[in-house]
Formats: sequence, structure tokens, C-alpha cells
Amino acid sequence: MSAAEVELLDNELDADLRATVRSFLAERCDPAEVVKAYDGDGSLTPVLWKGIAGELGLAGLLVPESYGGAGASAREAAVVLEELGRSVAPVPFLTSAVVATSVLLAGPTEAGADLLAGLASGERTAALVVPLPATAAQPLEPVETEVRSVAGALEADTLLVPVATPDGVEVRAVPADQAQITPVSSLDMTRRLADVRLDPAAGEVVVAAEHGADGVRSGLLAGAALMASEQVGVAQWCLTTTVDYLKVRRQFGRIVGGYQALKHRLADLYTSVEGGGAAARHAAGALALGDVEEAEIATHVAAAYCGDLAVTAAEEAVQLHGGIGMTWEHPAHLYLKRAKADQIAYGLPGLHRDRLGTLVDI
Amino acid sequence: MTPEDIKRRVEEFLAEHPVATTEPSAFLHARYRAGLAWVAFPEGEGGLGVSRALQPLVNDLFDAAGAPDNNPRRNGIGLGMAAPTILAYGTPEQKARFLEPLWCGDEIWCQLFSEPGAGSDLAGLATRAVLDGDEWVVNGQKVWTSGAHNADFAILVARTDPDVPKHRGLTYFLCDMHDPGVEVRPLRQITGEAEFNEVFLTDVRIPDAHRLGAVGQGWEVANATLNNERVAIGGAAMPREGGMLGVVAESWRQHPDQQTPELRDRLLKLWVESEVARLTGARLRQKLAVGQPGPEGSAMKLTFAKVNQQLTGLDLELRGEEGLRYEDGEGWTMVRPEHVDFGGRDAVYRYLRAKGNSIEGGTSEILRNIVAERVLGLPGEHRVDKDVAWKAIPR
Repeated sequence: MSAAEVELLDNELDADLRATVRSFLAERCDPAEVVKAYDGDGSLTPVLWKGIAGELGLAGLLVPESYGGAGASAREAAVVLEELGRSVAPVPFLTSAVVATSVLLAGPTEAGADLLAGLASGERTAALVVPLPATAAQPLEPVETEVRSVAGALEADTLLVPVATPDGVEVRAVPADQAQITPVSSLDMTRRLADVRLDPAAGEVVVAAEHGADGVRSGLLAGAALMASEQVGVAQWCLTTTVDYLKVRRQFGRIVGGYQALKHRLADLYTSVEGGGAAARHAAGALALGDVEEAEIATHVAAAYCGDLAVTAAEEAVQLHGGIGMTWEHPAHLYLKRAKADQIAYGLPGLHRDRLGTLVDI
Repeated sequence: MTPEDIKRRVEEFLAEHPVATTEPSAFLHARYRAGLAWVAFPEGEGGLGVSRALQPLVNDLFDAAGAPDNNPRRNGIGLGMAAPTILAYGTPEQKARFLEPLWCGDEIWCQLFSEPGAGSDLAGLATRAVLDGDEWVVNGQKVWTSGAHNADFAILVARTDPDVPKHRGLTYFLCDMHDPGVEVRPLRQITGEAEFNEVFLTDVRIPDAHRLGAVGQGWEVANATLNNERVAIGGAAMPREGGMLGVVAESWRQHPDQQTPELRDRLLKLWVESEVARLTGARLRQKLAVGQPGPEGSAMKLTFAKVNQQLTGLDLELRGEEGLRYEDGEGWTMVRPEHVDFGGRDAVYRYLRAKGNSIEGGTSEILRNIVAERVLGLPGEHRVDKDVAWKAIPR
């Protein structure tokens, strides 16, 4: 199948999945609850994650049925991430159900297979121990060490640690209760970072050395590819919310959204959001088809484009809301913080362009 | 109908009409009558009433067989704009009269819409059509008419009622360009050549049977044409690194002495934007596999114009000294091209021609209004002439 033939629209199953996730989040992920994470109350996360991973059974989308998963693909995960982005939902879906899961899928040992089954059922949650921004495998030496700015570690019961061995990179699973995990006051508290101190020797091997480097690489690739869908969800919320607001806000006796200077900015933003939607879905589709080089090209395109898109959308939302957009009370800041942190987390847009250039001979 | 069904149909057709022994024009007419011309059109109108998505497959199969084509670049306006509008609004007689010679390339079309006094405000146009018996008598001046000098017919919008507000007094016609009252004068452009024309219409007579849609319905019909135009300009299917990006990426590779990190990052930004635009177009086509283009096509065209202009500008910079020379073909000599080709001639031509991309087929400013109002539902612009009889509007 050529790149252009990737299905870029929701099919019927995608639409059902989207509706399910959206109504779940509408009910349980109110922005007034989400914002509490910034004031030290992280209690929404475990409740929400239990619902998404357990009740809705979405943690196992990428896990094949033979490991106890749903046997779906990156396409379905992309739909979920768009919706999670739209609600800035503070759940470890990307870090556990996408990145950590993809690391394990490269070639799990028996213990790795057990872990996959646990992740798929939602009983367990894992995080890959890499410092953000994470753009390439950075294996640790097999001695006690500290890794700063790890995403998903606070929510995880299992930490996946890439370890350098003479035979290559092996991935070890260290129980979270055997590591020292220190929460960080993060730019984005809806995906809060932690500094992690651990001894890799405390964990058992879940991906052996022959597959470990591939696993970390494909985990980070999947992370960047699917974060683009989250970024599209963030941008969609910002666009929709801003358009809705400008349709009711009056100044000088008229609806503010009727001013051409604002209409044109929103038309440009709409055009970019549509583009981001196509690029992100294409990256997910290419990942699902499994052609590594195609998936890498599509991922760099989506990551380069959507990383800036979400930030632009959130910055426009803040500006076009006027003073209210600067307040703690209005949720726009939650999206701005997520968008800016996302833009950095799996490699800056310029880095993705540079890697793209190498792949396409520019 | 599945791709396999279509493939079988094409194979059967090719068996009955061998490429080697069938005269090209007869081949094209037979292909039309077999419904293998534009497959999304209904049966009897050159199609099979199947998904638009099957068209590239059909074209590929005929190309692979070495079949003659209908020289689509010569008749872009006919194929991309006139045909879908005639299909949507034409009487059975009009469809039977016009569609087959149009598709086969026997009759070339142009578009008589814009006027010196009616550009973005197309609905304000002043060309008058007055009914005289069963013919309309048309007087006025049109402008920016690509290919009028090669055209046999034109899609024309004229004012049939000056006493009602501007949008309501328009009617759409199919105008014979060989009428003695039609005078075509070249309009030289910043590229040096004259792809466009001014067209003067003096007592041109159009039979009422060549009116498309009802009297007074011209604005609605014209919008169907314009939506198709925007998709035709901005939404063409292409492979990755196709179109202008392919041309400029090749320039980069051919000029290693000019390469700098700054130029490389700018090119890669445009590489990403072009690829995103291509994917957006692919998604729009999946959405439109059945049905008519809507205002979303305006967003496609906005992006196309922006990216094309930036790419062609960058191309000159990538070429160093070469970018300062316009030596290809005729240079600045005034010529009359056979067809419009955004990617043709040399880099200087492409840079200058691309300036038209954000003007032709709706300026980028008007398209942003369309997106904001019709897609996002934001309030319309203040229109002082909205409820005023056309003849009372100051001009």
C-alpha cells in the first residue's frame, strides 16, 4: 500500500471509539478537576486511568491478542489520543500504552510477555526511563543512577530501563517501589515529570539485548508519531473554543468574531488544524502498516508540523480570549502548558525536520 | 463497483478497441460512451456512477496500455469547472450536446466570469444579457480569461435583471466563442507572456437553450463552478515530493555549492508543509469520493498558494547566479502559451507566475472570509450593497 492510500478518515469503528472516549471524558475529566493538579492534588489521575485502561479497556489497543491485548493498531490509539488531547486528560496512556508497550513488543522475554498482558488488562502501568526531551536511545550503565525528567514514572508500577550490556541494550523492568521517584514541579502538571533514582540490577530482563535497542527506538518513534494526534486534539480544542467564544463576545456593539483581522487568523488556524489532522492520522496509519522507513518519514512530518501547530493554536486561544485567557479560571492555560511541553518532549520540530532531511536526501 | 470490476471493464474495452488500430478520436469517443471517461459521472454521461476514488486507477490502466489521452492540460477549465457544473445544472439536451466533445477535447472551454469592475466582488458584474425572442443578447467586458484564444465555448455569467440585489439578478450561460461579437485581446502578464485575455462581448447572441440553470440562478451555479475550481487548483492528487516541491528539491540537490543550513531548514519546512498539504488533499478526496466539493476546498487552495509562492521564491535563492537569469525559452518575449503550467519553463517564470496563485480563483483574503464564515460560522462581512438593487449601487 502506498503512502497516499492510508485511510485518513474515521471509519465506523473509529467513530464509535471516539464517541465512547469523548463521552467518558466529558463526564469524568472536567477542566475544573484537571487544574487541581497544579495545586498539588493529583487525585484525578488514578481514577481516570482506571476508567480508561480498565473499564474502557483501552490500555491494550497496541497489544496483540496473543498477549492478551485488543489487537488493534496505532490508528485506534491515535483516535484515543486526539480525544485525550482535547481534554488535556492527565493519564499515562501515551507513556504506558504507547511508548512502554511498543518497547516491549519489539521482542518480549517470558517476563516481558507477562508484563504486556498486565499492561493490556490495565492492571499494570509502565514507563520507559528516559530523560525528556527523548529523541534517541540512551542506555544506562548497570549501576545505581539518577535519570532526570522522566514522563509517566509517577503513575507507573513498573519502570522499563534500557541498560548497556556487552551484547547490546537490554531492557529491564524495575518495580517502582524499588526506585526513588521524586515528583518535579513541571511546566505541564497534567503529564508530570519525575526524577528517578534506581539500580537497574533490581529488575528482570523484559527485552533481551538482541531486541532492546530496536525496542527503545520503536517506543520513541511510536511516542513521537502518536503524540502528533494528541497535539491535534489540543489544537482542535483551542480552535473550537476560541471560535465559540468569538461568536458571543461583543465589543464596540458587535460580535468580535466578525472582525476580519480575527476571522483571517482563525481561518488560517483552521487550515493548519486540518493539515495537522491529516498528517497525524497518516503517521499513525503508516506505523500500523509496519514499513519502518515510511513510518519514520511520516512521523517526522507529523511531529514537525503538529508540535508547532498545538503551540500556535494554544497561543492564539490565549490571545484571542483577551484577559480571560490569562486567568487560572479559564482552561486555556492547561492547553498552552501541555502544548509547549509536548513540543519539546519527543524532539523539537527542527530536530524532526533535520532527521527527515536525512531520510529524503535534503 | 470494486477496483477489480473496473479493471475488467477497461480490459474488455481495450480488447474491443485495440489502441494500435483505433483512430485516436474514435478511441476517445468510444471510451466516453463506455462510461470510462470520468467514472464518477452517471451512466450515459461518460461515467459509471462509481466513486471518484476509482478514477486514478482507470487513468493508469489506459496510460499503461498506451491509449491516446484527451490532452487534459489544454482543457483544464472545461474538465475541471465547466463539466461538473453542466452535469449538476444542465438539461438532458445540454449534457448530451456538450459533455462528450468537451471530454474528448474536440471543444476547448474558457471562463468568462471576472470583469474590470468585478473581481473579488464577482456578483457585482455588469455584463448585460437581454432576452430577444429565444436568444439572449450579451454586451460587456470580461478579463483574466485564460486560454480564451484557444477556446470554442465559455462558461459565462451575465446580469439579466439589474433591478434586484446583485446576487439575484445573474444568469449562467454557455457561450460560443466563435460568435462574431466575441473579440479576444491578449493581456500581457508579469512573466512577459500572455496566458490571459480581455474578452469584449458586443451583441453576442446566445440561444436560450444554452442557458444553464434558471434565469436569476446564476450566482448559485457560479459558486458550484468556483468550488470545483478551488479543488482543481489546490487539490490535485500527486505523489510525495511531487508538484513544485519536487522541482525545488531537485534544485537543492543540483546546487551543492549553494547549500547552507538556513536554506536547508527553510526547504525542509516547505517539504513538511507540502507533504501536509498533499495529505490534507488526499483526505479531502476521501471525504469527497462521492459528492460535491464544499468550502473546505478554499482552505486547500490557501495552503497551495502560500506554499507554491514560498517554494518558487526559495528556488531562485537556491540557484545563486542562475536565479538572476531568465534565459529559458523566450525570456521576456511576449508569447501565447497553449496551456497554463505552473511548473513549466524556468525558475524565474515559476516565481513570477506563482504570484497569481493567491489571486486567481478567489484571492487568499476572500478565501479566508469563506473559511471563516462558511466553515467556522463566524459573522459575515458588513455588506452595504446586500439589499440594494444592483443598478443603485455606486460604481
